[in-house]
Amino acid sequence: MGTSPARITPNASPTKMPTTHTENQSQVQTATPKMRASNINFYYGSFKALHDVSLDFAANKVTALIGPSGCGKSTFLRNLNRINETLRDTRIEGEITLDGENILDKDVTEIRRRIGMVFQRPNPFPKSIFENIIYGPRINGLLKNRSAAEVVEQSLRRAALWDEVKDKLHDSAYAISGGQQQRLCIARALAVDPEVLLLDEPCSALDPIATAKIEDLLVSLKHQCTIVIVTHNMQQAARVADTTGFFLLGKLIEHDKTDVIFKNPAKKETEDYITGRFG
Amino acid sequence: MRPFEEEFELLNDTLQEMGALVAHSVHRSVLSLVEKNEDYAHQVIRDESRIDQMEIQIDDLAASLIVREQPVARDMRLVVAAIKISTDLERMGDLAVHIAERALSLMTQPPLPETVNFGELSSLAESMVLSSLDSFVKRDAQAARGVLEQDDRVDRHRNAIQHQLTQLMQKDPSTVTRAIDYLIVARKLERIGDHATNIAEDVIFLAQGVDVRRPREAQVA
Repeated sequence: MGTSPARITPNASPTKMPTTHTENQSQVQTATPKMRASNINFYYGSFKALHDVSLDFAANKVTALIGPSGCGKSTFLRNLNRINETLRDTRIEGEITLDGENILDKDVTEIRRRIGMVFQRPNPFPKSIFENIIYGPRINGLLKNRSAAEVVEQSLRRAALWDEVKDKLHDSAYAISGGQQQRLCIARALAVDPEVLLLDEPCSALDPIATAKIEDLLVSLKHQCTIVIVTHNMQQAARVADTTGFFLLGKLIEHDKTDVIFKNPAKKETEDYITGRFG
Repeated sequence: MRPFEEEFELLNDTLQEMGALVAHSVHRSVLSLVEKNEDYAHQVIRDESRIDQMEIQIDDLAASLIVREQPVARDMRLVVAAIKISTDLERMGDLAVHIAERALSLMTQPPLPETVNFGELSSLAESMVLSSLDSFVKRDAQAARGVLEQDDRVDRHRNAIQHQLTQLMQKDPSTVTRAIDYLIVARKLERIGDHATNIAEDVIFLAQGVDVRRPREAQVA
């Protein structure tokens, strides 16, 4: 009998290297990205929350941002449509472009029309379903060539909500379920025809059925706009995202095709986090 | 170590244990043939059910980890590799039994009029088994690639034995029954080499996330 194999620690992964942050963290080459964040540093007062983050967002793709709480992924997302500017004593360095133009130099209202956002908890206005949808198009002057009813129906259909609410459009938005409210918020964001849709943990307050509906919706919506989603649910990132970026301590550790991130990530930090060995 | 890590370690350890048992069976089956040792042959046949049970145990562990942990990255690769490797090991255990059964049959018959050299074929097949298992333990993709390179040599040795036995049967038809037993043994040893090759491919996937069965340009990572 030959020699027995020696025992070693299981799951040893000799190819993983600790991250050095001087290298480019993104492995996804995008010739003409819809959005590009370049060398973003962001400060809450004297606290530096983002460190030199660069990331491209390809058109009509879903990009997921993952990482532990406090890693900077939501802060980064909120910079993409300048929502962070509503906070006092914050400062951003770097450049964020939409179709090649720096959004930091543009009219913020126009930027937020082109880059919509959906938050963690559904936040419908205290109005009817109809009024929730039509508010944005009305204040943005988008009802010149289309009727309000047409815009409402189209937006609710795009959010896969029309069949469920078409008979109660003038009921309060609070009268529908949490999952429906979140899709209403997506429909409200879609009503102004955004080119990019940002979602900050949109399913964290929803049950699995409502979550599945939102995920199906995201996959179908990417044909109409570019999507960036922050999520703590790694299975969700694996299901819906074309590319995934991993953040840690305000740095983008790794960004690659979702298959690569979840099958064979390049960085040890990424693997430790997604396999639950973090910390 | 957190509880889920212990379960991945248990999967790893069970697979190593099964590998060691199969390697012993292959070795004993060869010895039963070469040394005409009945005890070894019966031991191989007895161990088959234990090997089958271990395959089921590994499948259960892997399924449980998939359901409860939804493994990704190196954990996912271990679960996928464990399911595939345990299947290959179980087949190798069966092949060892087939060799042991032929060895018992040949013990009741007179020797062939000329020597058939099984030494190189069996050594090579056993070496592939041990190297593939060792590469699994060490997560050594380079060693696993070395196993892949040995597969052609096994085929050549098996073809040489087949050629020799075919000529012998043509020359002396009274040898047909015994020669067929030897042909079967050669075929089983070659198949053991094939399964060792499969294990080596799985080890490369496990260690590096690379599927060597695919053309390079089709690989995800």
